[in-house]
Amino acid sequence: MELYELTAHELREKLIKKEISSVELTNVFYSRIEAVENHIKSYVTFTKERALKKARQIDAMLARGEQTHPLAGIPMALKDNLCTQGVRTTCSSKMLENYIPPYDATVVERLDAAGAVTLGKLNMDEFAMGSSTENSRFFPTCNPWDLERVPGGSSGGPSAAVAAGEAVYSLGSDTGGSIRQPASLCGVVGLKPTYGLVSRYGLVAFASSLDQIGPFTRDVTDCALVLQAIAGHDPMDSTSADLPVPNYQEALIPDVKGLKIGVPKEYFAAGLDPEVEQLVKQAIKKYEELGAIIEETSMPHTEYALPAYYVIAPAECSSNLARYDGVRYGYRDKDAEDIVSMFMKTRDEGFGPEVKRRIMLGTYALSSGYYDAYYLKALKVRTLIKQDFDRAFTKYDVLLTPTTTSVAFKFGEKTDDPLAMYQNDICTVTINLAGVPAISIPCGFSRGLPVGLQLIAKPFGETTLFRAAYAFESVTDYHRQRPQVGVK
Amino acid sequence: MSREYEAVIGLEVHAELKTNSKIFCSCTTEFGGEPNTHVCPVCLGLPGVLPVLNKKVVEYAMKAGLALNCKIASFSKFDRKNYYYPDLPKNFQTSQYDLPIAQNGYLDIEVDGQVKRIGITRVHMEEDAGKLVHSGETITTSSGSLVDYNRAGVPLIEIVSEPDLRSPQEARAYMELLKSILEYTEVSDCKMEEGSLRCDANVSVRPKGTSEFGTKTEIKNMNSFKALQRALEYEIERQIQVLEEGGKVIQETRSWDEAKGVTVSMRSKEEAHDYRYFPEPDLVPIVIDEEWVESIRKSLPELPQARKKRLMEDFGLPAYDAEVLTGSKALAEFFDAVMQHYKDPKVVSNWLMGELLRLLNASNKSIAESPIKPQGLAELLNLLDKGTISGKIAKQVFEEMFNSGESAEAIVKAKGLVQISDEGAIAAVVEQVIANNPKSVEDFKNGKEQAIGYLVGQVMKETKGKANPALVNKLLREQLSK
Ligand SMILES: [Zn+2]
Repeated sequence: MELYELTAHELREKLIKKEISSVELTNVFYSRIEAVENHIKSYVTFTKERALKKARQIDAMLARGEQTHPLAGIPMALKDNLCTQGVRTTCSSKMLENYIPPYDATVVERLDAAGAVTLGKLNMDEFAMGSSTENSRFFPTCNPWDLERVPGGSSGGPSAAVAAGEAVYSLGSDTGGSIRQPASLCGVVGLKPTYGLVSRYGLVAFASSLDQIGPFTRDVTDCALVLQAIAGHDPMDSTSADLPVPNYQEALIPDVKGLKIGVPKEYFAAGLDPEVEQLVKQAIKKYEELGAIIEETSMPHTEYALPAYYVIAPAECSSNLARYDGVRYGYRDKDAEDIVSMFMKTRDEGFGPEVKRRIMLGTYALSSGYYDAYYLKALKVRTLIKQDFDRAFTKYDVLLTPTTTSVAFKFGEKTDDPLAMYQNDICTVTINLAGVPAISIPCGFSRGLPVGLQLIAKPFGETTLFRAAYAFESVTDYHRQRPQVGVK
Repeated sequence: MSREYEAVIGLEVHAELKTNSKIFCSCTTEFGGEPNTHVCPVCLGLPGVLPVLNKKVVEYAMKAGLALNCKIASFSKFDRKNYYYPDLPKNFQTSQYDLPIAQNGYLDIEVDGQVKRIGITRVHMEEDAGKLVHSGETITTSSGSLVDYNRAGVPLIEIVSEPDLRSPQEARAYMELLKSILEYTEVSDCKMEEGSLRCDANVSVRPKGTSEFGTKTEIKNMNSFKALQRALEYEIERQIQVLEEGGKVIQETRSWDEAKGVTVSMRSKEEAHDYRYFPEPDLVPIVIDEEWVESIRKSLPELPQARKKRLMEDFGLPAYDAEVLTGSKALAEFFDAVMQHYKDPKVVSNWLMGELLRLLNASNKSIAESPIKPQGLAELLNLLDKGTISGKIAKQVFEEMFNSGESAEAIVKAKGLVQISDEGAIAAVVEQVIANNPKSVEDFKNGKEQAIGYLVGQVMKETKGKANPALVNKLLREQLSK
């Protein structure tokens, strides 16, 4: 395997053994980026100077034999909705095309303290709204397994970059599946942690009660390492849980004997690609062979999740995105004659169609006369969905579902039909509504394209997720497959 | 007001809380400062920031709620009030909507000796917005406008009354009492001129005896008690006139124009915003247990009404004196402090209401800034009682103390102001005055009693006011009756 194909923990050993320096490694990644980026287009901004400076620091520490964090000196990249001090943070929107935050997101600060080498900022659907990264104001990102297909969204940049060897790992955000769905479509590991486990401070908000930051990695061990580095209470985020963070490394044992796995039948309903279903069922069989106890179960309110999500998320987004008005920062229409037309023109020109669609949906859902029928009703559905999960977790340690209903689709295939696009999130949105953690891991290939498996645990049950995912990974090699970018 | 109509008034009062830091970040709340220097990513609402609730704000709001006889909610939350304005960094205000921190209170106001209970609907917490600075008159006519966000995120409480007020006098009395309660509890410094206490009024009129509400207007921009009263008087008269002329009052927001003494239409309610309130997802709900409420209740100071009652009962002060002394917490505390060192409450009350307030007003100083401290006043009064100085000299010394900050004794000593109680010394002056004023002596002997007043005055003049007046009187009469 090439260096750019290795995992963080494998590269860590090479750094410790001085087989390679962090500066060399960083250059390896920039060379790789140079080689494939014109195919993939996952990056919006590069931070090469900073990356090399950081790499030199880590090399010096390693040379002095100092204790370093397991992620020190490892090249990574960030979704471009994570604020980086002095580095533009665009959310792939014209609105913030030249916006430079004066502060770092908490996760960025924490990774920086761990010694992470940040290669750059990654492409996404504008303001994290979308399932294909076609809504980026700059350019779409391609799926490294098939350049004619989407990488998923909204964290298409972060998932494609890791799959294509353009970063060892990356951070994305997940509001309705924006980490798990692209991870599944790109054949990498993606984790949406429990709501409140990772601070949202510095994540440009889409829907505050659903957003959560999480890692894209090449295997479960790396996933545990990255989560370890970013999890934990942050006084700057009052929704962040003030709980001790477990040692996730200890959860990495290839043993699921006696683990109770529930398989909710609603996730295997119509619309699921038969080959995807086949691969997920094979995975279930694998778990059975490993000694897990599998049982079919029911989550009766699953069918209401999508409509509830598409009321709550736009409602919050309509409010969160109200601040982009051209007054203080970002894009401003220059020709408006008064303040109201300046607001209107700025927002009309600064936002893309998907963002506008959701702002309008949310504004409508919150408006007087409709609030009770839509927003309040959606909150009630959300409570019922949470109760579904509470009930399930009294019986099961883990729930197992497909991550997506199909493999990566082709560009333009769904762009004309927003509802069809929204259907994409059907397996993932319930998790955000419930606030529970879920991980997507590769579980096979259909027509040469990766398929993902979703494991779900109760709140703060990440250790259980890692254990279940690690056990599967130990007896399979899907996570070792790498796309041949540019080779047809 | 016309006999056939009565007014229905409700007040919405915004008070800035006296916390050191803002409601959702650690920026200072200090007034003034160069524009946009008291700001951070959080209060500027930059992309990605999150609010963190300042616990002190909750405590201050609870304190105000309890002082206004409200029930404190055990479960309360913040909501977003969405509207666009350039002084609002996030284009929503984090406020409280359906679950405010305090509800169902009241205030007993007194107008013309009548006590009346005014209901308080709710007290809720919210953040202040920034301030627009226009190059021209208004945002629409300016060529450019600047925004200062120093005030953005300063904590406010909004206190909403029931529409129980029936006259501008009642509204003013309510507002004055509310202000003094907020000062007593030290939750706000209530500086109306700095905008830390603001008031909007909802006003309607209706035929006397009816119970249905008329169409109301909302009046903004009243920056003093006087403005509140005048604006209400004007608006009530205006509404009555509209009705008398067969017209209809339009529901709208009106602004008080202090210079012209009129209210003017700002915008009609028809185009009012739909604020699209919804629960603030970035903040967890506020859960308040009984223990917390009790600890705040225990921290409440004696409130103005209780204090007034105490001054009347314990010190036998007249209602008027007690009202004036307790109208300001600092003055009431000054009184109590003097009483630690002096015996006669009425004398103290007279000195505070008379000399002290006169000098403070003249020099534009607050009680806290008074150069005369309570103990200093007590010392002066004791000198007066001992007969060391005369009443007239005492006022002179008081003024001297106020200007120089010196103690009464030091001034009396330095200026030789000690009262002359030596009979021999006074008798000599008396003799001289009698000799120099034969006309007055004549008048007195002819039965003109008031002539003696003139002669006393002459003796006092000769002794520079230092002669003991009682002694002067006695010696004069003795001499004249010889
Ligand atoms: Zn601030």
